[in-house]
Amino acid sequence: MNSKIVDALKSRFGDQTVEATEFRDELTVVVPTEKIVEVCRFLRDDPALKFDLLADLCGLDMYTPVKRFAVVYNLYSLSHKHRIRLKIFTEEEDPKVPTVTGIWGTANWHERETYDMFGIVFEGHPDLRRVYMPDEFEHHPLRKDFPLMGIPGSLPLPKK
Amino acid sequence: MEPRSEDVSRKSRILQALEDQNTSVSFEDALENDMILNMGPQHPATHGVLRLLIRLDGETVVGCVPEVGYLHRGYEKLAESSTFHEFIPHTDRLDYLSPLNNNTAYALAVEKLLGIEAPPRAQYLRVMISELARISSHLMFLGSLAMDVGALTVWMWAFREREKQYDIFENIAGARFTTSYTRIGGLAQDVLPETLAMVKKFVDELPGHLKECEKLLNTNRIFLERTDGIGVIPPEQAIDLGLTGPGLRACGVEHDLRKANPYLVYNNLDFDVPVYSGGDALARYYVRMDEMRESIKLIQQVLQKLPAGDVHAFKPKKVLPRKERVYTKMEELIHDFMIVNFGIEPPVGEIYSAVEAPKGELGFYIYSNGEGYPWRLKIRSPSFSNLQSLTTMMMGCMISDVVAIIASLDPVMGEADK
Amino acid sequence: MGLEHALGDSFVTTKLDLAINWCRKNSLWPMPMGISCCAIEMMAFAGPRFDAARFGSEVFRFSPRQSDVMIVAGTTTYKMAKVVRKIYDQMPDPKWVIAMGACTSSGGMYRTYSVVQGIDQFLPVDVYVAGCPPRPDNLLNALITLQQKVQRGESRGSFPAYVGDKKLNEAQGLPIISG
Repeated sequence: MNSKIVDALKSRFGDQTVEATEFRDELTVVVPTEKIVEVCRFLRDDPALKFDLLADLCGLDMYTPVKRFAVVYNLYSLSHKHRIRLKIFTEEEDPKVPTVTGIWGTANWHERETYDMFGIVFEGHPDLRRVYMPDEFEHHPLRKDFPLMGIPGSLPLPKK
Repeated sequence: MEPRSEDVSRKSRILQALEDQNTSVSFEDALENDMILNMGPQHPATHGVLRLLIRLDGETVVGCVPEVGYLHRGYEKLAESSTFHEFIPHTDRLDYLSPLNNNTAYALAVEKLLGIEAPPRAQYLRVMISELARISSHLMFLGSLAMDVGALTVWMWAFREREKQYDIFENIAGARFTTSYTRIGGLAQDVLPETLAMVKKFVDELPGHLKECEKLLNTNRIFLERTDGIGVIPPEQAIDLGLTGPGLRACGVEHDLRKANPYLVYNNLDFDVPVYSGGDALARYYVRMDEMRESIKLIQQVLQKLPAGDVHAFKPKKVLPRKERVYTKMEELIHDFMIVNFGIEPPVGEIYSAVEAPKGELGFYIYSNGEGYPWRLKIRSPSFSNLQSLTTMMMGCMISDVVAIIASLDPVMGEADK
Repeated sequence: MGLEHALGDSFVTTKLDLAINWCRKNSLWPMPMGISCCAIEMMAFAGPRFDAARFGSEVFRFSPRQSDVMIVAGTTTYKMAKVVRKIYDQMPDPKWVIAMGACTSSGGMYRTYSVVQGIDQFLPVDVYVAGCPPRPDNLLNALITLQQKVQRGESRGSFPAYVGDKKLNEAQGLPIISG
């Protein structure tokens, strides 16, 4: 099943753009950042693949000098019952990624969460603001250089 | 109290979001204005700390922006500093109405990463505790839906049944809820025969009690008028917005991870998946009542088919060894020391593993780089995705229906905010 | 507590005070600030098995204007702290606070960037309850301890605050809690 999905992707987008790996029977496909919207639309609309549920969208901080941040899309097909994982990479300076809210409406809050936690800006998002931390918070907590205990004074507390 | 000048001078971005939604109507008359109502984080009917900004035209809701994040405890960053075993108590507090289910989901995810499997007795017991947790969560749903539309008696009855379940959980794991019962590779300890007898007694009596509650609600005119046709969502929009679990099954989409991608031993057991079309609050209520009955069927089958054996897998460097061997044998002592101090060392790679939690699809995405700590652990919580569909469900209904809709959606803020 | 100000210390007000404190302690109406998992145990504490109503906490008033004691149950984050303080300020005097669970007493198992390490950083607390979550009988024990405190006429939250036998004068305000 996984090889069929990879073949369909490669025939549509070319061998060079698609890199596929398999681990524990799960397929991970790395695509270039600018092609992500096309790939997602193809995966959702193609009748043999039909990935209509975006189960999860999250960010990943690899903490490498090049290609520091990754965005991971976990897709699921309700009719064919298979899964796929898409990964795109972006740089540390000014991370920008096109949004997929036009394809799956559920990406709205997930992308807001990724922006809140990592600082990755999604271009074209209808309402990009923080979801977990207060709006005035200046840092991005899930980056590897943010300490677990937080930065004292970054969040206000009411007086006793 | 702190001064409010900074709130007044800067227009809040959340109000901006509320006004930018496509609800703008212009009236010349000063009396015909929309009102923005804040149903704040502290409210008896919001099921936890959920803040809703509702735009009202008289009594009709024309727009709604939910705001979450009042219970954000930083789980994912905490997971990056704890070993895989140390994270198990934290999974209890995710969906705190069904903690045993979260423990099972996490144990399955880490076992998938390691490539090991728990022994058959542990798998059957995990099915039993997951279904008991599902009954517990749905009983709470029943109680709060009934209480929110006005029937307080049903809440008391549901809590009486939950107290019996707490006695069972205390016998199994030692704590009423927040059990932390599963371990990587099996369970913490085996179940005593008296506990299995308690479980059997409980599931034999539960259908009678459920019938009593249904007699009060199913033909009650007030209940039907408050839930029928309220909070409708069409199936295509439900899939697009990521709604899973009983909310999706109430729209007519037959999707249950226990049947679609079976995990544990669900493919050896016989059960149905209740599906209702209608997509409204009443359909969600029917789906959950029927799911409780299916869970009862599953537990009765497990009690009959439970095999004898061990509840720990025997994989020396990956699974915590049993205490009597740690105290008497040398290799187990060394393995115990290494696992507790440095963590189990999984291979480099990433997995995503999902189970059917009572609220929807609970998934764990783990990226490991070979150390004892996960490099990244993402929790795909069903309530976070389910809450996005609240805006669609609330369009056009009255302000008093808001409470019934939130209760029928059954969000838990502990997992929505992580 | 307000009576001493009006009438001064005398035999009549002392006896009247005892009677008033007895009435107050047997009708403590809680304001449940249920935030997370401890809220479920608080609901069980109000439920049929561990009945809180037999100790006087008959109605759980979700409105702060009509309640005496605020039971903070659940992890308090910095985002929520502002809200909790606002609700606390809306309660009329005399008022008490029960900090339920490990998360409210000291941050609990969450030593992270967004959790307040104990609500006593912004609220005066009268009774701390240990447990994660505390059993409902533990919370009943806390309620009874609070009732004994009310009988003695102590409250950290009222102004001026009464702690033990001393009455702090108005210039001192609330007592300083270290840590």
